[in-house]
Amino acid sequence: MKLDSALTNSRPPQYRGTKLSTRHLNLFYGPCQALRDITLDIPERAITAIIGPSGCGKSSFLRIFNRMNDLIPGARVEGSVELDGIDIYHRSIDVVELRKRVGMVFQKPNPFPMSVFENVAFGPRRHGRVSRGELQDIVESSLHQAALWEEVKDKLDQSAFDLSGGQQQRLCIARVLAVEPEVILMDEPCSALDPVATLKIEDLMRRLAEKYTIIIVTHNMQQAARASDVSAFLLMEGDICGVLVEHGPTAELFTKPKDRRTEDYITGRFG
Amino acid sequence: MRTRSNLSRRISQKTAFAVLLTATIAVTAVSLFIIIHIVVRGAAIVDWDFLTQAPTQAGKAGGIFPALVGTFYLMLGTLVIALPIGVLAGIYLSEYAPKNRLTKVINLAIVNLAGVPSIVYGLFGLGVFVLMLNFGMSLLAASLTLACQALAMTITTSREALIAVPAEYRAGSLAVGATRWQTIRHLILPQARPGIVTGAVLAMSRAAGETAPILVVGAAFLMRGLPQSPFDRFMALPYHLYTVAVHIPGMPEDTKWGVALVLLAVVLSFNILATVVRLRARKQRG
Ligand SMILES: Nc1ncnc2c1ncn2[C@@H]1O[C@H](COP(=O)(O)OP(=O)(O)O)[C@@H](O)[C@H]1O
Ligand SMILES: [Mg+2]
Repeated sequence: MKLDSALTNSRPPQYRGTKLSTRHLNLFYGPCQALRDITLDIPERAITAIIGPSGCGKSSFLRIFNRMNDLIPGARVEGSVELDGIDIYHRSIDVVELRKRVGMVFQKPNPFPMSVFENVAFGPRRHGRVSRGELQDIVESSLHQAALWEEVKDKLDQSAFDLSGGQQQRLCIARVLAVEPEVILMDEPCSALDPVATLKIEDLMRRLAEKYTIIIVTHNMQQAARASDVSAFLLMEGDICGVLVEHGPTAELFTKPKDRRTEDYITGRFG
Repeated sequence: MRTRSNLSRRISQKTAFAVLLTATIAVTAVSLFIIIHIVVRGAAIVDWDFLTQAPTQAGKAGGIFPALVGTFYLMLGTLVIALPIGVLAGIYLSEYAPKNRLTKVINLAIVNLAGVPSIVYGLFGLGVFVLMLNFGMSLLAASLTLACQALAMTITTSREALIAVPAEYRAGSLAVGATRWQTIRHLILPQARPGIVTGAVLAMSRAAGETAPILVVGAAFLMRGLPQSPFDRFMALPYHLYTVAVHIPGMPEDTKWGVALVLLAVVLSFNILATVVRLRARKQRG
């Protein structure tokens, strides 16, 4: 019931183009295969939700786009992944540059052990010489965009750990925004938050989607239905995880799933 | 039934507690006795002159100034050599080394270096620094020797302090496009600093107390002045204590205890400093 009312608020997808795409993507962790033959287009300036049960490879899939899997010993990628038509796994790609363009927000808020200001300034400081004044502008506008400015404008010099969980997560979003990315990856960003903080983040995502391409992993169906334009459903199959069962506009996927397994999953939770 | 088993459990818990408490008190009492004895006996002679004058009459009169300064030189030399190498090696082992068997073996070897008897370091220093590199019996050779011994500690504490920094910080930093080195330099190292400093201070305090290794690489029996260059010989507190206690007939008892007190004060104050650094860091982290 709740799902239906959530869907009426969902915006019809108006794609301007494809920002990211995978073709026949396979991911291995040593001998184990975590993703199999995934071909998917991620629309630009829209919210794409990756849904599926725990352990089906959602986080692994998300980490494909900023090459965070590179940090895992033994991880190996096959197939192609393109950002604006450019293969991000090509030899000539500078991973550091890629991660400036494709930011990431993690499941557990992970502010750095420094002040609110320094948290947001961390990225810009690493990316070249910026004057104190410029830095102040960047921090303020990033916090504004992350809908956090009003709450922290008087505590910029306080430790980021003094903020609430929801504020910390928005601070992490501001930290990503400060390096002016094009894509923001979010791995269950609300799973550690209460419902009010969750709604705040969803509102924020909606606003950010006017400017940024957002991919969010969630195993909260209502959140996917409420907050996303497009959804992709991953499922484990046998001992191989991560097969893409179905994807499409969120409204269609949730009301008229084409695949039996999608329907089972959606209704299994809420039916 | 239940109450009885509860009761017996409570009794055995009380017994265990009593045994542990007794052991703790015994250990503390022995250490306290030693310290108090040294302080009481040594206080009779330690004064400003004792600390700032050169020894005369083979140490029977005068003070211990050259030995005190020599020990500080040794600590400083050890720090200057062992800290940078320790931090760099710690960074390599925690952040860059592949997690394979070779790395494990290296880690194990480093930890075990701490268990090598100090006289073995002394002979190593004699062979390599004094003879092979021709530094002679000198402050430099002794600092290098003590630094080799201290490396086990500075590498291990640096590595462990770095590893203890949560992985989420690394991920968060890399995810905003910081390089690995920037992440280490601006996020990981500052977090690990208290642990690294603690290790370095403890290594210095150990170096201050070592006798055997410096004996073979350049500590002098008696010197009127201070070493003028790193290639000079030097005096040091532990070796001075050894000579006044054992080798010089007719040595006043108070002098022996006085030297012991100064050595103890140097070592203990550095240990306390290490504890303070650690506690302050813990409090800051909250
Ligand atoms: N660092 C890793 N090393 C090896 N296997 C991993 C690693 N991370 C995840 N996996 C495996 O990959 C599969 C997918 O995990 P994950 O992407 O975390 O799933 P999800 O986010 O959907 O819960 C799981 O079987 C998990 O055990
Ligand atoms: Mg996950």
